[in-house]
Amino acid sequence: MAIAREAEPVGSMHEVREAGLDHEDLLAVYRNMLMTRAIEERGHILYKQGKIPGSFYTGRGNEAAAVGVATAMGQEDVGTPLHRDMGVHVTRGVEPWRIFAQYMGRADGPTQGRDGNVHMADSRLGLLAMVSHLPAMLPVAVGCALAFRIREEKRVAVGWFGEGASARGDTHEAMNLAGVRKLPVVFVCDNNQWAYSTPTYLEYATEHVADRAEAYGFEGVVVDGNDVLAVYRESKRAIEKARAGGGPTLIECLTLRMEGHAVHDDAFYVPKDMFERWAANDPIERFRNWLYENADLSGEQEDEISAGVKKLLNDALQRAEESPLPEPSTLLDGVFATPEDLDTPHHK
Amino acid sequence: MSEMTYLQAISDGLRQEMRRDKRVFVIGEDVGVYGGAFKVTLGFQEEFGPWRVIDAPLSETAIVGGCTGAAIMGMRPVAEMQFADFISCAWDHLVTVAAKQRWRAGTPVPITVRLPSGGGFSGGPFHSQNPESSFAHIPGLKVICPATPEDAKGLLATAIQDPNPCLYFEHKHLYRRLKADVPEERYETPFGKARIHREGDDISVITWGAMVHTADEAAQQLEGDGISVEILDLRTLIPWDKQAVLQSVSKTSKALVLHEDTQTGGFGGEIAATIAEEAFEELDAPIKRIAAPDTPVPFSPALEKAFIPQVDGVAKGIKELAEY
Repeated sequence: MAIAREAEPVGSMHEVREAGLDHEDLLAVYRNMLMTRAIEERGHILYKQGKIPGSFYTGRGNEAAAVGVATAMGQEDVGTPLHRDMGVHVTRGVEPWRIFAQYMGRADGPTQGRDGNVHMADSRLGLLAMVSHLPAMLPVAVGCALAFRIREEKRVAVGWFGEGASARGDTHEAMNLAGVRKLPVVFVCDNNQWAYSTPTYLEYATEHVADRAEAYGFEGVVVDGNDVLAVYRESKRAIEKARAGGGPTLIECLTLRMEGHAVHDDAFYVPKDMFERWAANDPIERFRNWLYENADLSGEQEDEISAGVKKLLNDALQRAEESPLPEPSTLLDGVFATPEDLDTPHHK
Repeated sequence: MSEMTYLQAISDGLRQEMRRDKRVFVIGEDVGVYGGAFKVTLGFQEEFGPWRVIDAPLSETAIVGGCTGAAIMGMRPVAEMQFADFISCAWDHLVTVAAKQRWRAGTPVPITVRLPSGGGFSGGPFHSQNPESSFAHIPGLKVICPATPEDAKGLLATAIQDPNPCLYFEHKHLYRRLKADVPEERYETPFGKARIHREGDDISVITWGAMVHTADEAAQQLEGDGISVEILDLRTLIPWDKQAVLQSVSKTSKALVLHEDTQTGGFGGEIAATIAEEAFEELDAPIKRIAAPDTPVPFSPALEKAFIPQVDGVAKGIKELAEY
């Protein structure tokens, strides 16, 4: 039996306004979702062209969850998004050409070719770069929240994880410490139902991951991860609650990973009808329809947004391809930080 | 100057750092009300309050991972592991996150992790280890091993202000056994500068931590035999003072590397290899290593004595080298 609250879908424009989004905001949300998918689709092509070394991961299906949460974050808030959360980077304002440069291992990527894929973050945007050991970023997010609590700042940290990552001890320790100290942190579980090839029932035995929240002394909410407005509303509530001193919330965004774990994986183990069902519930399609029905989106506006995204990406790709490969002579730079390196927006 | 034990010097250094720098906070198990398992932070919570001296749940992963997040947000966290052995539970956070964050993502992680380490009091396999070499192998971490009260205080201040993750190994057996004059004012002891603990001409003993004192006793024993021993206390393993080692070895032409950690993969191997690579022609004898045998740390005093390098064993090793 579920313990976590199951969030209602968002209905009318009136309700959306109450949650704090105006018409312009809604178009920005739509644009960010489109941009997120377009970046990853383009990345996939680049990978097949042999322009991206290593492997390549996308967050197809997770666009609403990522963009919805990021839209609810404040300017001064921080987060630790993972590999299905490109939408967080896009919403926080990362320059797309830098993402392509990162994908291709170029010198102008946020990690200057030292790490690949979405293992990146622009610290100026309040984001911290993920590691492959996914739940490891949760204690880090809790530590950010601890700093805010010690300094009595009204800032919130958002920590992302997947249902696979929920099985590791870091998740427990992070949530327990956050619960005990009532820290201003929001945990977001991207539950895309498959951890590589492992289904949910082999990762956890409760009905929902969010059911665990009660055991840590805070609220758990399950939300339709393909409903960007519901994700936004629940995130906004949780973030403002944390900001006001009300402690953590665990939000579980239920969705489906619409591709394999990475592009080499054809996801043969996912039942075909499961893909079909969730494809019919595509987060971007769904939001577009909602905008037509509830927010007077016109065909002209839609075309303008799509064309804008396309142009931005073409320019971004060109700029990224012009970016040089990193100089091998720089390999040893920065293994250790110097005091000057602490001059970042975070460390101040 | 004021006479302090090694433990009091750590405590004094930490307190001074917390008084002058509001970004510094302490987090660990039982560090608050109880003052820490070894009482390093006794009275700290009264002075600095519960949000700068934080009693954490039994969660090394969350403690060290949390320090990383707080450090990136501008704090200067000092984590206390109740025993250095428990750092295994936070390995991932040091090695995967903290050590690599500056290099790959440009965000330094200025944290200090205090690690009460070492044996000699029947702590057994889980309360006696010296895991410094495991971390010395990881690019991006600094490794600090003070041997005297003065260095314990000065190196801690340096560690807390250093912009990198610093592992500060404080040897438990020195806590109350060592007493010496320590400057009352704040000072920083630089990393990567070895200290000549004892000057000598015939043999260089390169060591750190509690073994500095074992070597010193052995050297005293050998005075009567006319063997003049130079003891080099490395103070920090990352960075380590290669120049000082090579200089001492080129003076004495004989090198003995000594550590309390087990032999295989111990940091002594790195030192020995460097001497062989860079000072081979200066040597009059093969480089000798004395370290603990490759077993877990035993509990029973009889076994522990056979495990930790003892004064007699070190004296014997020095003598063999002298006679070579």
